Amino acid sequence: MITKLNVTSIFVLDKDEALDFYVGKLGLEKGNDVQQGAYRWLTVRVPGGGTEIQLEEPGPPLHDDATAEQLRALIAKGAMTGLVLNTDDVRALFETLKARGFTDFTQEPTDHFYGTDMGLRDPSGNAIRILQQG
Amino acid sequence: MLSMAGVGREVEELHRRLLRARDAIDRGYAGALDVPAVAAVAHMSAAHFSRCFRDVFGETPHRYLQRRRIERSMFLLRETGRSVTEICAEVGFGSLGTFSRTFRAVVGESPSAYRRGHGPVVVPQCVQMANTRPRSSSFG
Repeated sequence: MITKLNVTSIFVLDKDEALDFYVGKLGLEKGNDVQQGAYRWLTVRVPGGGTEIQLEEPGPPLHDDATAEQLRALIAKGAMTGLVLNTDDVRALFETLKARGFTDFTQEPTDHFYGTDMGLRDPSGNAIRILQQG
Repeated sequence: MLSMAGVGREVEELHRRLLRARDAIDRGYAGALDVPAVAAVAHMSAAHFSRCFRDVFGETPHRYLQRRRIERSMFLLRETGRSVTEICAEVGFGSLGTFSRTFRAVVGESPSAYRRGHGPVVVPQCVQMANTRPRSSSFG
């Protein structure tokens, strides 16, 4: 049987910018950061472990230049997929992000029957939802 | 002369600015659409913004907003007991006539008839907001 979602992957426009956001602002921790020639294998994860989130830039050798350019244009207009993360205090995180100068919220903390969540975008344009369950 | 990569970066940067403005429309759907204010989010003039928005997202900012408002009204009709008049105001329509006409044109029935036929859906709200908005093609 399958036991774990080990690695998931999202496309970003710039790995350094994404790392600064996911670790420096959002509070995830850096997982792997390995340079192999021109390639940088970069992951972040929820502190303490869990699924590695691989931060990938479109481009060669994975994509030809024209394909990479199409993907980058799509990422920047928010047409790709995103992430849903859980937190133990979404309103505190909202305040922390604002204090850190972050402004790209798509929805302020909102109550639902399943919890309270907020929406934001990473610097590339990917949609991130952050949910406090209960 | 710009390199191909340079042109690509300009497109990305334009898309990202337009997305930020589109997010502002989604956040502010309950109020009147202030095109110059939303255009300012994208660092553009109002006329240039509307043209670019349409090129990139396939519809005008006004149409985009109307789809958001209709989606939110459908949600409130399903999930709450509020009156149609209250919901109309809550999603940003200035008149009940415009709301009812737009709703019927898009959804194919009146708000009250839609409410009778639909109950709450057990899908997270953010998923509903993203995926149950009426398609652009359903507008006349």
